[in-house]
Amino acid sequence: MARQSSLTIKDHLRETHLFQKRVLFAVIVAVAVLVLIIARLIYLQIINHDHYTTLSEENRINILPIPPIRGLIYDRNGVLLAQNLPSFTLQLIPEHIRDLDDTLQQLKALIDVSDEEIARFHELRKTKRRFEGVPLRFRLNDVERAKVAVHQDRLPGVNVTAELTRDYPQGKLASHAIGYVGRINEIELTRLDATRYSATKHIGKVGVERSYEDILHGEVGFERVETNSQGRIMNKVPELLPIPGKDLYMTIDINVQKIAEQAFGEDNGALVAIDPQDGSVIAFVSMPTYDPNIFVNGVDRETYRALSQSPQRPLFNRALQGQYPPGSTLKPFIGLAGLEDKIIGSDEKIKCPGYYMLKNDERKYRDWKKEGHGETNLTKAIVESCDVYFYDLSLALKIDRIEAYLARFGLGETTGIDIRGEQEGLLPSREWKRKTYNLPWFPGETLITGIGQGFTLTTPLQLAHITATLGTQGERYKPRIVHAIGEPGIEEISVTSPNHIGTVQKSNPENWNIIIRAMTRVVHSIYGTARSINPGIQYKVAGKTGTAQVFGIKEDEEYDEEKIAKKLRDHALFISYAPVDEPRIAVAVIVENGGSGGAIAAPIARKVMDAYLLKDK
Amino acid sequence: MAFARSEFADTTRLSGGRRYIRGLHIDLPLLLSLLLLAGIGLVVLYSASEQSNDVVIKQLIRLTIAFGIMFAVAQLSPDTIEHWSPWLFGVGLVMLVAVLLLGEVGKGAKRWLDLGLFTFQPSELMKLALPMIIAWYLSDTTLPPRFSRIIISLALILLPTFLVARQPDLGTAILLAGSGIFVLFLAGLRWRFIITSFILLIPLSWVLWQYGMHDYQRKRVLTFLNPESDPLGSGYHIIQSTIAIGSGGLYGKGWLNGTQSHLDFLPERKTDFIFPVFSEEFGLLGSILLLAVYALIIARGLIIASQAQDTYTRLLAGSITLTFFLYVFINIGMVSGLLPVVGVPLPLVSYGGTSMVTLMAGFGILMSIQTHRKLIAS
Repeated sequence: MARQSSLTIKDHLRETHLFQKRVLFAVIVAVAVLVLIIARLIYLQIINHDHYTTLSEENRINILPIPPIRGLIYDRNGVLLAQNLPSFTLQLIPEHIRDLDDTLQQLKALIDVSDEEIARFHELRKTKRRFEGVPLRFRLNDVERAKVAVHQDRLPGVNVTAELTRDYPQGKLASHAIGYVGRINEIELTRLDATRYSATKHIGKVGVERSYEDILHGEVGFERVETNSQGRIMNKVPELLPIPGKDLYMTIDINVQKIAEQAFGEDNGALVAIDPQDGSVIAFVSMPTYDPNIFVNGVDRETYRALSQSPQRPLFNRALQGQYPPGSTLKPFIGLAGLEDKIIGSDEKIKCPGYYMLKNDERKYRDWKKEGHGETNLTKAIVESCDVYFYDLSLALKIDRIEAYLARFGLGETTGIDIRGEQEGLLPSREWKRKTYNLPWFPGETLITGIGQGFTLTTPLQLAHITATLGTQGERYKPRIVHAIGEPGIEEISVTSPNHIGTVQKSNPENWNIIIRAMTRVVHSIYGTARSINPGIQYKVAGKTGTAQVFGIKEDEEYDEEKIAKKLRDHALFISYAPVDEPRIAVAVIVENGGSGGAIAAPIARKVMDAYLLKDK
Repeated sequence: MAFARSEFADTTRLSGGRRYIRGLHIDLPLLLSLLLLAGIGLVVLYSASEQSNDVVIKQLIRLTIAFGIMFAVAQLSPDTIEHWSPWLFGVGLVMLVAVLLLGEVGKGAKRWLDLGLFTFQPSELMKLALPMIIAWYLSDTTLPPRFSRIIISLALILLPTFLVARQPDLGTAILLAGSGIFVLFLAGLRWRFIITSFILLIPLSWVLWQYGMHDYQRKRVLTFLNPESDPLGSGYHIIQSTIAIGSGGLYGKGWLNGTQSHLDFLPERKTDFIFPVFSEEFGLLGSILLLAVYALIIARGLIIASQAQDTYTRLLAGSITLTFFLYVFINIGMVSGLLPVVGVPLPLVSYGGTSMVTLMAGFGILMSIQTHRKLIAS
């Protein structure tokens, strides 16, 4: 050890010699390895050549996937909402075409092929082999098919193939609920089961088509395909038949849906109608709507731009994602909170002078009725929609109790409907305000929360849900839009049971009856804000009108509908359920910039209730 | 004037192409065989990519960059390279740790580090930094290395190897371990040590199998042992590639005529499984020719190592060359069914740029070592 460590001059000669011995050894190993590899190659390529040639030939039997047929979608009465139709694709097989440009020119003259389609054809051609068909035009119509068929003899290598493609026979009706399928894009490709989707070209993009993609899709099948040495298909033998997707039965009644959509006329807005007894969605309207058929095989850029950039926002699902201030439609629930928490008695009266003022605050909180409602109890406050009464009540309740009570109905959270993308609205609280704005809660904010303004936001779906809950005296059912799944080839359909998600705690059922009676008078009494729908009505309705401010009005300013541009007018709201004694339908309507809830929104709800309740008469 | 004359006299003495190339620090035999290999690579790639000009041009651009890097590295003097060794290793190690903590995930493994402008694979840097640090560390004292030095060297090898294996990237981990062990071996590691290690390796590999491997890695070893057990899963690669090679025969099916590869039976045929494409189309004769080109490069590398003037350059040049050989052996070994599938590309032939840059930088070091020799010593 001592000798080694004291040695500072390296023995170069010895080291070089050692190194070269090691290199020599490495060379010997390397040569041995090379010999081993060559021996292996000789074993594979000479000795077993025939064996592997045979295997190589056998390889030409390939397994190809067969797409399953997508499940159909029906409404609650069995009316077809989504089906699969044969679609005809014009394709060219380059191998069979002597002069491609000439053929394309002929086709251009024959069926008016656009330059864009030709460019896409050339792009697609690069990815295919010469014997494979390259599509030139999708969805040929009958005339085009006939033209191609007549000139088939002059157009070798041109043929028309049929494949099933999604079709929505109801067109624009209920498109926000049904949704649509489109071509699978690259992002979807990465998350999909590659085997299961190996033959599938379309996938549900929005609506029920997307939420129930798994059930609608079915299972892929396989066939054994024999190819020759160039890969051309010689023979096909099915190995495993695909299993078609299951059919869906939606809870939507397409007739009611149609009447609801027509009732909106040119207006934008949303309507959700729910069966309070089980949460089934009877109508699911978001206006304006769009034709889902254009998305199936790729929408052209211009159409898409027109749709997506339209100020009307037809692609926006207002019923599911639109978040609106509930306005006065919240008042029955605030009133109920006051009764249940024993803040007020049903006969206690306050005097409404047309405005309300907080202590130590100069600001006047206005009532919609400038001259005031005079002596007002709870029932009158709901029937005439007195703001001052609810300012006073809210202040007594405080924001914490308001928030806690409304949360019991499910505001501030998604209802859990079986369509993706639902918004949760907003139920403000002290905690929320501190987190969001880093500010304390002010009493003035409690006042306007009590009349459904301020921070509070609800979706039309939530409004319909809480209205339905009122109708069932607190029994909450998760809204659903699909209620049955049909097994392919079997008549029997499996019905999914309603999902009871809880009961709103009651301290005295009579409190609920007081609110419901008041809401009945909203429609059926001569003072009611929705009395306009009373004439000729054949059942009893509990309802509440509302308007949601789109922009703020200064306290000394007058809201004058005539002077305000349409897009700045208040949203008109109406919630209702009927029949009062045995609720079968709960409706929430929002007409954007509609102005008056009683005059604009309530008649739409009436038409929907008529259509549903009186359909057998 | 006198100065100018002597300069003139000097250049006349150094006349001839070789001297000129040497002035540029280029080793002509190595350059020519690398160019030949790259050329063969492009020809196979054209076939393997279904005659895609796009792919070939991309690869050509990568090759150009990689050759440029080789020339650049060749300009550095071996002293500079030696001086950098510990720093490079340190940076590489930090980056490997970083990649485990916050690396980009690709194909289920964390290998890339996002540096904002570009992504970087630190394990590639380590492929050069590891043999450099071991050679730097061992060249400090007399060889063969003492026991304590061997242990420290082994620790230096195992640390990055372990980090890379955790990514998980078994192929690179093997290459890394190999590059370090080659230095130790060339430094004159005693035979009894080597043999003892091999004996100890047996229980160690059992432990590794039990606790150190991912399921997919175990599955690969199992399917290597019996490919037929999983003909549609991971055994598929090996079966299809042996069929491709075997059906090629003595002369091959001819360029662009390989049915296995063109009918989509052969997976990863542009990258790790490009040798079967070549072997199917050019047969046994072509394969032997390709192996000969590799042998030429390796032979030249070992000559450069043998002629190197000091311990550091000698060990480094030897290790770089042997690691290159390890690449070739593992790749061809795995596609022909001699070794399990571990994901090592065929150098300069497989499509892709990450490992190519490291390989060519390595050859740059070889050229630097060969062309910076001081005349007196030889």
